[in-house]
Amino acid sequence: MERNLALVALFAALIAALGLIPKFTLGFGVPITAQSLGIMLCGTVLGSRRGAMAVLLFLLLLALGLPLLAGGRGGLGLFVSPSAGFLFGWPVAAFVTGFIVEKWRGGSLAMVAGIASVIGGILVLYVFGVAGLAITLKKSAYEAALLVAAFVPGDIVKAVLAGMITAALARARPQSVLSRG
Amino acid sequence: MISLTSPVETRAHGWPAGAKLAALCGATVVLFAQEGLGFHVVVFAACLLVYRLPGGQFFRAGVKGLFVLWPFIAVVLVWHLVIGAPVEGLVVVLRLLSAVALANLVTMTTRLSAMIEVVRWLGAPLRRLGVNTRALEIGIALVVRFTPTLADKGAQLAQSWLARSPRKPGWKIVMPFTVLAIDDAEHVAEALKARGGLNQ
Repeated sequence: MERNLALVALFAALIAALGLIPKFTLGFGVPITAQSLGIMLCGTVLGSRRGAMAVLLFLLLLALGLPLLAGGRGGLGLFVSPSAGFLFGWPVAAFVTGFIVEKWRGGSLAMVAGIASVIGGILVLYVFGVAGLAITLKKSAYEAALLVAAFVPGDIVKAVLAGMITAALARARPQSVLSRG
Repeated sequence: MISLTSPVETRAHGWPAGAKLAALCGATVVLFAQEGLGFHVVVFAACLLVYRLPGGQFFRAGVKGLFVLWPFIAVVLVWHLVIGAPVEGLVVVLRLLSAVALANLVTMTTRLSAMIEVVRWLGAPLRRLGVNTRALEIGIALVVRFTPTLADKGAQLAQSWLARSPRKPGWKIVMPFTVLAIDDAEHVAEALKARGGLNQ
C-alpha cells in the first residue's frame, strides 16, 4: 500500500518535473515537451490502475492551482480551455496504455510498450482531445482533428521513446516496472 | 511550491472556496448554453471589470492568464471569417475567454490550503463509508514536496550531460530521471512504513 502510494505520488511529481525541465528538440527539429512522454510512462511502468491514479493526482494538483503544466501553467482555467479534452483524456490514456502492457505478455517489452503508447497515448488521447476542441470551439470532429493533426508525428516519436525507456527501466529496476509485476 | 494564488489580496480571497467553485460550475454551464453575442460581450466586459477592481497588478496577471489562448482565438476568428460567419466566431471566442477568465479568477483568489480543504470535504462521505482518504492527502503532500526535488535532480542530470557532451541534453536523460523518481519512491515507501503506514 505504502509502496503503491509512493510510486503513484512520485510519478505524479515526475510528470510535473518533466514539465519544468527545458523542452528538447529531436534530431530532425521536432520540439517535444517531455510531459506527455511522462503520461505514457505512467501507463507503461506503473500499469493501468496505478498509472491512471498518478495522472489523476497530477490533474488534481493542477486544478487546485499549482503551476505544474509545461510553461508554468495551472489552475481551473485549463479545464475549460480548448485543450481541456487532452487533460481529461490523460488518465484514460495512461490506463489503456498500462492495460495493454499488462495483458500483452508476448514480444519484447520495448515493442509492446511502444505500441501500447501509440494506442493509449495517441489514439485514445486524441479522441478526448478532439472532442474537447470540437465542444469548446464549436467545430465538427473532422475540423477539430485537422487542428491537432500536426502533433501526431511528434507523439509517435514519443511513443517509440516510451517503449525504449520502459525496456531500459525493466533492466535497471525490474521490480519497479509494476505493469509486468 | 508557489501556487497561482494572487499575492494581491482581494475581497474574494475571504469567500468560501466551495461556494466559489460551485458558482464557477454554474457560470460555465450558463456560458455554454447561451448563444447571443450581446450576452457574451457583457459577460466578458464584466470579467475584465472584475479583474480591474483589485488594481493594475491583478489585472495584468489576469490578462497574462488569458494570453495563452491566442492561438485558438486566431484560428477560430480566421476560420469564421473564411466561412462567412464572423458573429458566430466572436461568440465562440468571447465564451472561451469568459470561461477561462472566471476559472482563473477562482484559482487566483483561492489559497491552496482552502482548495485542499474542499478536497477533504468532498472526501467526507467516503470516510463515513470506511474508505481511507489519508492516502490521497499524503499523496498531495508528497507531490508538492517532491516536484521541486525531482526538478532539481533533472537539472543536475542535464548539467552532467552538458559537462560531458557538446550536444544539448535530449530524451536520453528521461530514463535516468525516471530511475531517480523510482528510487525516491522506494525510499519514501520505506519511510512511510517506518512511521506506521497509512492506517494510523
